[in-house]
Parts: sequence; structure tokens; C-alpha cells
Amino acid sequence: MFKYFPHTEADLTQMKQSLGIKNTERMFQVIPSAVRFNQDYNIPSSLSEIELRKHMEELGKLNQSKMIFSGLGAYDHYEPSVINHIVSRQEFLTSYTPYQPEISQGTLTYIFEYQSMISSLTGMDVSNASMYDGPTATAEAMFMAEAITKRKKILVSDTVNPNIMSVVKTYAKYKGLEVDILISKDGSANIESLKNKLDDTIAGVIVQRPNFFGIIENYDGFSKLIHDNDSVFIINGDISALGVIKTPGEEDADIACGDCQSLGMPVAFGGPYLGYLTTKKQHVRKMPGRICGQSFDRNHVRSFVLTLQAREQHIRREKANSNICSNQSLLALYATVYLSLMGPKGLKQVNELSYTGAHYLYDQLIATGKFKPVFNKPFLKEFVLHTHLNVEMIQKHLSDHGIFGAVNLGDFDEKYQNVVNFCVTEKRSKAEINHLVSLLGGLS
Amino acid sequence: MKNYDHLIFEISVPGRVGFTLPNSEISGYNLSSLDASLLRKEVPALPEVSELDVIRHYTNISHKNFGVETGFYPLGSCTMKYNPKINEEIAAMKAFNSIHPLQKASDTQGILRIYYELQSMLSEISGLHSYTLNPFAGAHGELTGLMIMKEYHLQRGDFKRTKVIVPDSAHGTNPASATICGFDIIEIESTPEGTVDLEQLKAALSDEVAGMMLTNPNTLGIFEKDIIEISRLVHEAGGLMYYDGANLNALLGIVRPGDMGFDIMHINLHKTFSTPHGGGGPGSGPVGVKEFLVPYLPNPQINKLDNHYFLDWNKDSIGSVSGFYGNFKVWLRAYVYIMTLGKENLRQVGCLSTLNANYVRVHLEEEFNLPIKGFSMHECVFDGLKDQSTGVTTLDVAKRLLDYGVHAPTIYFPLLFHQSIMIEPTETESKQTLDSFIEVMKKVAKEAITDPQMMKLAPHTTPISRIDEVYAAKKMILTYKDYLKENQ
Repeated sequence: MFKYFPHTEADLTQMKQSLGIKNTERMFQVIPSAVRFNQDYNIPSSLSEIELRKHMEELGKLNQSKMIFSGLGAYDHYEPSVINHIVSRQEFLTSYTPYQPEISQGTLTYIFEYQSMISSLTGMDVSNASMYDGPTATAEAMFMAEAITKRKKILVSDTVNPNIMSVVKTYAKYKGLEVDILISKDGSANIESLKNKLDDTIAGVIVQRPNFFGIIENYDGFSKLIHDNDSVFIINGDISALGVIKTPGEEDADIACGDCQSLGMPVAFGGPYLGYLTTKKQHVRKMPGRICGQSFDRNHVRSFVLTLQAREQHIRREKANSNICSNQSLLALYATVYLSLMGPKGLKQVNELSYTGAHYLYDQLIATGKFKPVFNKPFLKEFVLHTHLNVEMIQKHLSDHGIFGAVNLGDFDEKYQNVVNFCVTEKRSKAEINHLVSLLGGLS
Repeated sequence: MKNYDHLIFEISVPGRVGFTLPNSEISGYNLSSLDASLLRKEVPALPEVSELDVIRHYTNISHKNFGVETGFYPLGSCTMKYNPKINEEIAAMKAFNSIHPLQKASDTQGILRIYYELQSMLSEISGLHSYTLNPFAGAHGELTGLMIMKEYHLQRGDFKRTKVIVPDSAHGTNPASATICGFDIIEIESTPEGTVDLEQLKAALSDEVAGMMLTNPNTLGIFEKDIIEISRLVHEAGGLMYYDGANLNALLGIVRPGDMGFDIMHINLHKTFSTPHGGGGPGSGPVGVKEFLVPYLPNPQINKLDNHYFLDWNKDSIGSVSGFYGNFKVWLRAYVYIMTLGKENLRQVGCLSTLNANYVRVHLEEEFNLPIKGFSMHECVFDGLKDQSTGVTTLDVAKRLLDYGVHAPTIYFPLLFHQSIMIEPTETESKQTLDSFIEVMKKVAKEAITDPQMMKLAPHTTPISRIDEVYAAKKMILTYKDYLKENQ
């Protein structure tokens, strides 16, 4: 037989006997013969493990691993060795959503820890552990704003990464919500534009910090304007950066959302990542996804359990405020183990090293004369520059030297032609940065 | 370390660290030179622990979990089959993990080929034309599929179709996804046999119906014998057929959704194609469509020209539903699984999983109520104990099973019965495992009569006993900060 099927001929015979059948076909007799599939699938034949490994190694060789010098939603941060060992434990890897808390305290405990850490990082009260990625978490935040305000229009800053914007627009279109654009000034969300756009149709306002250009936007006055308008203030941001920059909570935002990929998850061609979504306690019943709470068992032992389930699809069906059924648990475990290892000091140091490297690279690139500043705004680990050189040529040159960088923002939006992104994390040494600069400086 | 019950925060000691980072070789730059108004004031409440502290903490709490490798996990509707180790090994390869999602197609030909070949194999397996692998989970696939349904009607200029038909036996995600997609729901009741009531369906159909969502076999594990007629009726009324692929495992080698008349479907790769459930995620929910719906698939799509694979953006597409290209390392595992099984073995899955479910069914009919007679598909549903005179409920049965080292089946779903017990053994379980499970179930049924009090208090041997769920909902202690506040 086959290694994943334990049935021997004797087993099959005995099992059929118990069912009183001679042929397993008998079990399928209700299926109309007109639609029965009676042939082999037109797919390859079974590969042995030896053949399979060779095949996958061949496919692996068709990908080019590069030294990464760009970000834009996927960051090449250090992944401590410990993470992989813990997330590979079958108790975490192969279990399902913790429906039976008596035999799921492992999962429930780390989800509670995750909720605690992410709430603290974002400066909010509550977190779920159920978002697929940053863009879909942002779309869920939009739905929350609709549910909280009963309004149908959402304002999104044009400094939000277009990959987030397009997911938000897709979700909005089919739900019957309208997306309006908040026009930026000098690469940042602008308060005058906000004043002009706010009216009693606006459910919420979505901004991103650091934004699409890497800029740490200033939100002075935003929360008051938005709250005076009874709208919901939503800040998207790379979670790692929140180890040092002002939190959504400190901005008096209502919802924080974004991606957790930067917390120990490999870039891995875009997934799986983990979205985060946190809010104030008053909005917890509008929150999508699974939430874990502390309780006690019969013997008064502290325990954890999924709670507030009356919000969710399996109870509320069409009246649920979201269709989320997943719990991105395993990725929440990546983030939790990462944050445990790094602690407040490590997270800060990651940001300091990234900041230092990025600012050094920025100055060195300007000094080559091949790049010019686009905005004069503060940034953290990624930034954009304008170049008069052909961007394809730059990318090809870097690629030939094993480097991925200078992503063209023009690929996202035509108005940003020849504006390129660079990102530096703690993984990039001074020598590597100098190498990049010398490659770019030699171009003409 | 017996009865270890700390939170990571409780073993934190100020000054301890669990990381090493390089020293900065660059001087003259300092993060603190950023305007103070842009920096966070409060230090984040993260633990300070050593590397061994972290390892021991998570190892200890992992011991309180039950995985597929721990024991039998017959959780109905979730297809908890074995998650092969080779899939994990491949998914850990550097050649897949180190690729940035924005790298050029020339850098990612191996991955794009896997995407393309997997979508084409899924098309063959399900009888559809093309797949997107971008949706992140089953419910996300449902939403994506419904967007495609809506877009199809809109682009035909048919704006009246605002309703979606969903049977009352459907998974909760079906109506929830339809609502999120801006549809109204028409719920139709099942027949006493648990299948679609054709008369009710006819009455529900009109030119306002965009389509119907159906799981087949349905959530009772019953094949919809009238499927050809159902598809015909919905199509005749101008609607599309959506297939919820949650129960696809039953159909491998038996019948293809496309051949049954379905136009759109999602597949839960974490069920049928063996990718690990990870405590609830990450999943992956590819969506397949018939040829006439291909233009509406989400962007980007992956196409092939002269052996070169590339990202393709279609103007008629619903737009994008994910930041990048879905859960790559999940669909990578599914690809490895299909290549391992190949055509010879994949076609056995439906038959063996169905045989296993029916074997369990016939052996428990004496002790448990079987509301729907006859052969089931890959799972069987009981409506509680036959003898409920002692007041022992399905919940008690489920909890007692934990004492015997078995994961509980899905309980209280489907909602059609009051005491539902939904058992899905999957094809990777042996007759010996099923025999032990049957024996345990019979024993528990006996205990329900002989010692109902003990049953009410079960489980007795698990890391914790039954939890006070009301306390959790009432107190809303959702973070360690809340916990400290409650206990100060």
C-alpha cells in the first residue's frame, strides 16, 4: 500500500465485512453515475522521498536568494534560531483551534501572552490572534469602523502602501463601502486635507506609520479632529517599529493594525505572515476573530479559554461582524517567542541598528550624486530616493551582484517613476552597505 | 517542573536577555535624534528572560497540548490527518524562505512554477479550469469566491442579484462570508434526511439570486444525491454554484465538484492536503473557477509563456485580497503532499476516509443515536447518547474522551441536532486505532449510566479540569495587564 495509509488487505476485508459490503463502491451508490469520476487524475505519479527531495531541490535552485536591501511590507530581520525549534513542536504545529481548553492550554497560554505583548506594543487594551496579514487586518479594521459608527465611507491616506490600499478597496467595494483618499503633503498625511474631508459620512480614517515612503508621519491634532467628528481613528504600522516609535495608543487612536512579519518570520515570498489588530476595550465586541481570556477551572487553577464567542461566525452566522474562522496561532507563536527572546532591550536595539544603517546608507547614496532626496521627513529603517538613472538597469546591476534592492515605487503607482525604496535592518553590516554604495556609485 | 503554570511574564527578571546582536560599526547616527514627539514614551511590557528560560517555558506549555501526533483526533469537519514530516523539511529550505515577495520573476521561477503547477493540479482534481492560491484560509476563499460571483453578475450588467442561498446545515462561515461580501442570505431548511429540499430551493430561486453555496458531502456527512438537479435549477435561474471545499477529502477519487455543476469553489489545503493546522492557522484557501470566471480571479495571477512564469494583473479582476501571493509555505506543503501521493494514491483518499467513517458509524449505532441512516461519506454524525436518562450530555461525553487520550469529536455542530457528535477519522488512521476508539466510546456510554456524576465532572486526568467560561466572558481578562489589575 502507501506510507500514509495503514490499511492492509486483511483490514480492508474485515472492515467491509462489518459494513456488510463486498465492494467499497457500495458506499458511493447515491452518487449519480453520470458524475462519478472513474479514471486517474491527470497529475504526476507518486514520487519516492528520494525523488521528491531531488525534485524540490531542483525547484529551489530556480530561485535566487539575494542580500535584501528593500522592505515595503516584508522585512529581512533576524530570526533567532530558537523560534524554529519551538514552532516545529508537533503539540503546537499539528493541533487545531483550542476548542477543548482542557487539552489546549499550551496554545491558549501563548495566545494570551501574544495578546498581552501586542496590546502593549500598540498601546491598546485588547488584541486578537486571528488576522491573516497586515492588509486584510486593515480591511477588518475598516469593517469595525463601519460597525461602530454605522457609516459607510472610509478615508485612507494616499501615503498608505498601495498593497494595503488595494486590499482595503477590494473589501470595501463588495461590502458596499466607499473609499475616499486623504491627499498627502510632502509625503505625509496632512491635517488640512483631513479637515476638509471629515463630515458625518466618514466612518473612519486610515493612516500608516512608518508609511509607504518609510516616513514617520506626525499626527498632532488628528485624533481630536477625528473624534470630534465621531469617526474612528485607525493607524497601520509595522509592529517592530512600535518598539520605539509613538504608539497608536499614545496617539489616542481607536484601532491599531498591521503586519507582524517583522517579528521573527522569514520573508518567504510573502507568507504566511500574521496581521495584528488591537483596539480599546469598549470596542472589543466589534472585534473580529478569536479572543482568549483568563478564567479558572473547577479546582480554581488559573486557565485560559476562548471567550466572547458570541461575536463570531459559528454562533452568529450571517449576523457575525466578520467571517474570520482562522486563528493565526502558529504565527502568533513566532511573534511571542521572538518578543520573549528580544525583550524591550532587544527590540530597541534592532530598531537602533536598523536606523543607524539606513541613515548611513541614505547619506552615502546622496553623496554618490546618483540619488536625490524626495522628502525631507524623518524615517526609521526604510526610505525612498529619486534617481535619474534607469531603474531597471540599477536593479539588474545589483541583482548580478547578488543584491535585491532599489524597488521602483513606479511599479506600484506611475506617479512615482524613478523613486526607489531602500531598507536596512540589523542584518546588514557596514561592509555590506559600503558594497551596495560602491556598486551604485559606479553606475552611470 | 510538574504542573508548570507560569506565564512568560512571571519568569521575567529585569536585566536578563535572550538575544545577541552585532555591535554597530557605524557612528554618527542615533535614533534618539528623532523628534521626541515621534517616539514612544512607555517601555513595552515584554519579558526579560534568558534563551533557556524561553525554551523551557514553551516546551513545558506545549506538554499541555494535544496534536495529531499525540493521538486520535477525530474532529469532524476539520480533517485532522497526519501532517507529513517531509513537507516540513521542504518548507524549511532556504531556497524558499529567503525570497523577498517583491523580487523579480526571474529570481522566483521555482516558486512561480510551484504556484502554477499546484493550481493546475488542483484544477484537475476538482474539475475546474484555474485556481488562485492567494486566499489565506477557507473563509477567505469563500469571500474571494463570492466576490467573483458578484463581479460576474455586475459585469454582465445584472444588478438585481443581491441574494445568496445557503442551506441551514452550512458551516457558519458561509452566511458570514456572504454578508461580508454584501449579499443578503436566503436560508433554506434541510429535509429530514439532512439534504437540500428541492421544493424549498425552487421557491427560493428568482432573478435576484446570485448563487447558492453548498457543501457536498454536507455537514452531516451525507452526499447530496440530487446534486445534478440542484445545479440545473440554480443555473436555470441564472445563479452560480459555489462549492465549500471543507469536505473535499471525501471526494478524492470519487467525484469532482466541477463535474457536479459547481462554478466556483475553495479548498482548505490544511484539511484535504495535509498542511498542519498550527493551532488554528495559518491555513490556505485556494479558489478555483470554471473558464468563464477566470478573468475575475484576484490579482496577481500567475501565468506561463514559453516556460517562463510571470505575475499577471487582469483589469476585470475583483482586485487583490492579500498583500502578496497567499500563504506560500502552506501551499508549498500541499504541493509536496500531492507530489508524494501522486495519481495512484490521491484517488484512494476518498474511499479510505469514507470506509473509516462508516466503520466507526456501524460500531456505535447501538450506543449513540444515529439520526440519518445509511452510508455516510468521510464523517458521521450522531445525535448524542441513545440512553440520556441520567442527564449525561454530548459535552460530558466529549470531556470524558479526553481522559482516555482521545481528542473529542466536533460537538454541537451541525446545529440541526441538539446533541451533535461529528466524527471524522480520516484515511491516515488504522483499523486498530478505530477499534480502540470504538471501545472507548462504548465504555463512555456505559459510564454515562453507571457513573453519571463522574461524567459530569470529567475530564479528570487532563492538565486542567473544566473551565468557568462565564467568568472569562464576564471579567474580560484579556492581557497580563488586566490580570495584574484584577489581582492587585
